Amino acid sequence: MDAIEAGIAMVMRWDVILTILAASAFGMVVGAIPGLTATMAIALLVPITFFMEPLPAVGAMIACSAMAIFAGDIPSTLMRMPGTPASAAYTEECYAMTRKGQAEVALGANVLFSALGGLFGTFILILAAPLLAEVALGFSSFEYFWLALLGLACAIFIGAGSPVKGLISLLLGLFIAQVGIDNPGGLPRFTFGSTELLGGIDFIPAMIGLFAMSEVIRTMATGARDWNVKQVSMGNPLKGWGTMFVKYWPQQIRGNLTGTAIGILPGAGADIAAWVSYATSRKFSKQPEKFGTGHVEGIIESTSSNNAALAGAWVPALVFGIPGDSITAVVIGVLYLKGLNPGPMLFVNNPQTIYAVFTIFILANLLMIPLGLLALKAGTALLRFPRRILIPIILMFCIVGSYAVNNSPYGVVLMLVFGVLGFLMEEHEIPIAPCVLGIVLGKLLEESFVTSMIKADGDLLAFFERPISGTLGALTILVFVWPIWSSLRARRQRRAA
Amino acid sequence: MRRLLAAGLALAFSALAAPASAAGYPDRPITMIVPWGAGGGTDAVARIVASLLERDLGQPVAVVNRTGGQGVVGHQAIADATPDGYTLGLITVEIAMMHWAGLTPLTPASYTPLALMNEDPAGVQVRTDAPYKTAQELLDDIKKNPGKFKASGTGQGGIWHLALAGMLSSLKMDPASVPWVPSNGAAPGLQDLVAGGVQVVTCSLPEARSLIDAGRVKSLAIMSPERSKLMPNIPTLKEATGSDWAIGAWRGVAAPKGLPADVSTKLQAALKKVYESKEYQDFLSGRGFGGKYADGPGFGAFMAAADASLGKVMKEVGLAK
Repeated sequence: MDAIEAGIAMVMRWDVILTILAASAFGMVVGAIPGLTATMAIALLVPITFFMEPLPAVGAMIACSAMAIFAGDIPSTLMRMPGTPASAAYTEECYAMTRKGQAEVALGANVLFSALGGLFGTFILILAAPLLAEVALGFSSFEYFWLALLGLACAIFIGAGSPVKGLISLLLGLFIAQVGIDNPGGLPRFTFGSTELLGGIDFIPAMIGLFAMSEVIRTMATGARDWNVKQVSMGNPLKGWGTMFVKYWPQQIRGNLTGTAIGILPGAGADIAAWVSYATSRKFSKQPEKFGTGHVEGIIESTSSNNAALAGAWVPALVFGIPGDSITAVVIGVLYLKGLNPGPMLFVNNPQTIYAVFTIFILANLLMIPLGLLALKAGTALLRFPRRILIPIILMFCIVGSYAVNNSPYGVVLMLVFGVLGFLMEEHEIPIAPCVLGIVLGKLLEESFVTSMIKADGDLLAFFERPISGTLGALTILVFVWPIWSSLRARRQRRAA
Repeated sequence: MRRLLAAGLALAFSALAAPASAAGYPDRPITMIVPWGAGGGTDAVARIVASLLERDLGQPVAVVNRTGGQGVVGHQAIADATPDGYTLGLITVEIAMMHWAGLTPLTPASYTPLALMNEDPAGVQVRTDAPYKTAQELLDDIKKNPGKFKASGTGQGGIWHLALAGMLSSLKMDPASVPWVPSNGAAPGLQDLVAGGVQVVTCSLPEARSLIDAGRVKSLAIMSPERSKLMPNIPTLKEATGSDWAIGAWRGVAAPKGLPADVSTKLQAALKKVYESKEYQDFLSGRGFGGKYADGPGFGAFMAAADASLGKVMKEVGLAK
């Protein structure tokens, strides 16, 4: 108990609190700028932490990353431009709400459920970090292969409309993920001798192109007419939140659980968590037909999920120094520099520091609510501009964001190409979401399959030999076979009748 | 209007073409390109070097990550920049490997070397519960069961892959007797080691440190002539097996080829000061990184030697084109 008190006391100092506040504001700004990811936000903080005390340094990283992941939802809702990859799964849903005049409701839901998701992930971290890290460490490429395949199954549930068109989109995404040399064989594929293509297709410019640039092109093609909707003000946030909280609590809990579980796994992070949660939400919804039309249900589940994943990623990072995502990879370096070497001994030798870190987590997620509301108000003001002025601003953000990823014009070219692709796809009613999912999961799927085959000397049955892998495998096969079987049965019954 | 534009362009070009001189150097911000992602060890080295260089030169030094293509993209960007001292880069051991694998025409000679900043030798890591006490016992078992053990730690043909293949080759064993499982760096490889997916990981000690400290992984030997400062109880490969094979990942600062001599001198002096600073030394010991310094010509000679020896081994083990 003393350690807990000591830990809280370590945080309740003006310099720590002030650092956390400043880092939060910084994270909010960086996350809201498309193309700048949460990982980049904290990498920018690293040189500053060299000259800080250990606790403010770690506090700054926690606060900054939590805010950045939430802030990614802001441009995603207002401009159809995911601020971070973790927002991509529900970008269309949020934007559809904006088109209905409900931008503030969508963002309000994002603020509240991001914060709650983060808190939930933190409690799991506090309660069971050492135990769960043990489980996560047992995941090998065999398990990740099934997870990636399960993730692809999400495409079945997220893609509205024709399954064939959804499949075309998914395959296109998987193809895009193949470009470059960063594949298990280390062989250049589809690079045509270009050094830039050797590095592959960057996910962020592709995403900005597919979502935001395509919308810019479409608006230009239709003459940038203003929307005939008035944005409703959220009114009293507490009242709106109360209703959502009561109505959608199962979705929220499910999102929290999925997010934390995926976040803990070192090979999967907040972006995959958001996709899985969005698909789950739709699959088990009582009103799946409303998804994609600006329905808050799926947003709640996936926004809870990506912030819960963020805390989950700290589990293997603190216990074994194995990064749970790219953000904790940066954090581990800082922990070493500050003499807080990650490992089970950190919990034994330095419990007050661990409790201080937990306190910061809780504080940062609580802080997200007022800061988020401020950002929301500032952001939605953007929508009052006429479309013919707003669209060039969005175009500018597209260019800056895709340039910033790698500081090269190559990103801008990619973004433009994908903008045209996205425009053409949507003109032909081919959904974009499965394509983005394919880009996200393509590498994981291929890597886990090829490395598993090398380990097992080509024996396919190895995918069922390990207990967790076998269970996941059976589940995956069930998910794929079930819809086929049930439709066949329905057909037979119809014939019998 | 058009004339104005032309004049503007001419002015811009003349500014670009003006010969860089050390007289006022540096009078604007400097960019440091890192060919690897934010958050990795190379990125961390670049960021501390940049912040210390900034203090010494009095101009901001911005770190820019140009990732992808197993380092080719970033190394290319450094070599292609204008050699005026305003674009530097942190080049890594891969520059002495990639051209042998046929990935790029770039070699260490494509740069103006400025300073070697760090080197970490490869280690031989197995699970703590593995039945081997020494590297020799492991190697004997590999000899008896070729193909049974799998190793990981980096991508196909990466530095740790070469470390393993070179070690086996130096002991007159078939480099293919331990198939390589490509991974996205040391951390996923080590996690797979603990998960039971692979049996050996040949990454550096600082990378394996957290799992060694946690009692999950043990290191049997390091591929260096001297023992490590971080874990002095781990024998060298020579002590454990008699092999002279030594290999490590190194990082150094370089500029594009053709950097004016006065700018180069100024940067070398600044980088030497950075290396000797308390902050940099604290950073190295904090992260467990190995320090190794050489000035510009020394770094050039070091790279040329590394290039020749890595090329020889890559040909031997079949990783060269």
